[in-house]
Amino acid sequence: MARLELEALSKHFGHTVAVREVSLSVGDGEFVVLLGPSGCGKTTTLRMIAGFVTPTGGRVRLGAEDVTALPPWKRNTGMVFQSYALFPHLTVAQNVAFGLEMRSVPRPEIAPRVVEALRLVRLEGLSERLPRQLSGGQQQRVALARALVIRPDVLLLDEPLSNLDAKLRETVRVEIRELQRQLAITTVMVTHDQEEALIMADRLVVMSDGAVRQVGTQQELYERPADRFVAGFVGRSNLLPGTVIGPGQFETAGGIAVACTTDGAPGPAVMALRPERLVLGPAVSTLVNRVSGTVELIGYLGAYIDVHVRLTSGDRIVVSQPNRADGQTPKEGDIVEVGWSREAAVVVPDEDAARPQT
Amino acid sequence: MAGWIGTVDRRTLGRWAWNGAAGVALGFILLPLVFVTWLAFFEQAIPAFPPRGYSLKWFAAIAENQKFVDGFWLSLQVAVVAMVIGLLIGVPAALCLTRYRFAGREPLGNLLLLPLVVPGIVLGTTLYVFHVEATIWTGWPILGSIGALVAGHILLVVPWSVRLVSASLAGVDRTVEEAAQNLGAPPLTTFFRVTLPAIRPGIVAAGLFGFVVSFGNLEMSLFLVGAGRTTLPITILQYLEWRIDPTIAAVSVLQILLIGAAMIVTDRFVRLSRVV
Repeated sequence: MARLELEALSKHFGHTVAVREVSLSVGDGEFVVLLGPSGCGKTTTLRMIAGFVTPTGGRVRLGAEDVTALPPWKRNTGMVFQSYALFPHLTVAQNVAFGLEMRSVPRPEIAPRVVEALRLVRLEGLSERLPRQLSGGQQQRVALARALVIRPDVLLLDEPLSNLDAKLRETVRVEIRELQRQLAITTVMVTHDQEEALIMADRLVVMSDGAVRQVGTQQELYERPADRFVAGFVGRSNLLPGTVIGPGQFETAGGIAVACTTDGAPGPAVMALRPERLVLGPAVSTLVNRVSGTVELIGYLGAYIDVHVRLTSGDRIVVSQPNRADGQTPKEGDIVEVGWSREAAVVVPDEDAARPQT
Repeated sequence: MAGWIGTVDRRTLGRWAWNGAAGVALGFILLPLVFVTWLAFFEQAIPAFPPRGYSLKWFAAIAENQKFVDGFWLSLQVAVVAMVIGLLIGVPAALCLTRYRFAGREPLGNLLLLPLVVPGIVLGTTLYVFHVEATIWTGWPILGSIGALVAGHILLVVPWSVRLVSASLAGVDRTVEEAAQNLGAPPLTTFFRVTLPAIRPGIVAAGLFGFVVSFGNLEMSLFLVGAGRTTLPITILQYLEWRIDPTIAAVSVLQILLIGAAMIVTDRFVRLSRVV
């Protein structure tokens, strides 16, 4: 187990940039998740850590060692592949023993370590089975045991849950997280599923277009998104473009003046409003920001009710209300007043406006 | 109700038609084999129906005929050596063709399949002319040598091994190889521990087909054998020029049994129906 450092890691395929100067420091025993939509460069980054992709720039440091130039088989990383990639002709025990044999671990030592690894993932009884005789969830755990048994410096998880059904995914992600904590193993996981990422990670790295958009804890990403992309990708946001007028003052493109906490320079920006921080009904009167609008759609989600409101400015926003037994839900067509506090209005730079259109 | 019975009837009819067609096709393939086998046990020297009686003497005649025995051993040796060398060329070639993108990859792939397309007679003549020229140029005894014969047969084996091994390689999950490397296996170890077991059925099938094609080859071999050295198919042909007694049928039966045995043994290691 060790620290993992990425320094300005880049990968260009011809003229396309897959990964753009990613720098990241993963602490000993930390669980970091690379999160982003498909094609954002997260998997390429993971494959550069494992050594399957040669970076065109930057370095990978594992512990005290610079492993940038080392081939995969000389790096001590344990990877769990999306497809599990078990050796189909070897039994579960032989699969798990493979990495130990490659490391020339003495034979009498291999068997107990394999047993121990299979016990960790609760597969003791299946050691003589072939992979095709196992369920998807069992195969996934064999892949995990095979990666853990070699005591890697860093555990790499490439969308490890995406091939499991939804119910199983919920339990397995908690199991992996607990196992990772128990072994205190430095871990990097790649996923496009933000719920999975939020539940499992110590820290998250949000990526898009090959670049890191923001690194932070769940709370940091949610409460203080660095830009429009993060605000829209992590959780839900109503994004209203507009202009920063001065400190604490924002005006939407539709002409709503909003009191907020921005200290950014005047200029174009985007205001992100979390649906659950918006208020409807009598409580609105105490809030600094109030706008009236018409209810256009009610979305009934069980625990929550989404109220889609067309504001007088023309913008449409979603207000999410807890579904309480005594609660009064507006009907479609009602005129309502929507309110939010100064703190609820998060103003972020609009990178889409700043960047030339492609 | 009537409609329901109608569909069942149609389905049953379809199944009968299907089985019938399969039966006719199978009979078409098997009938010559049945007749050859039957003929091998005829008593009289001139085949005529119905047989006058049955005898095993034609099988005994093979063993007494040194030409058949020599031809059998030569064919066996040539086929085994050609199969092994053909695989040693074909497997790495298939690996390169499926795994790497390089200039001239497709032409090279087609070139390796060419011996399958060129008629045996043409291949034989061409090789003969080439051997004559090569013998004149180098002064070495290439023409009619055993080496030249084996080299020709390797040409027959290579297309089969490239084709069948490529097909198996296409089905190998590359991430499994990556997993091996991630666990500390260098490329060569990865090949022998992971890739090779995965393509073993393809290699076994390629070996079998290469062997059968080489063992039974007549047209090309006609041009390549030297004086006093003939393969089994050529010995059969030469024998047929003067006699038509059931010895030939008996030889054919032995050949069918040999190849059949090879297929059954192979099938024990890999299900042939799954790779071919």
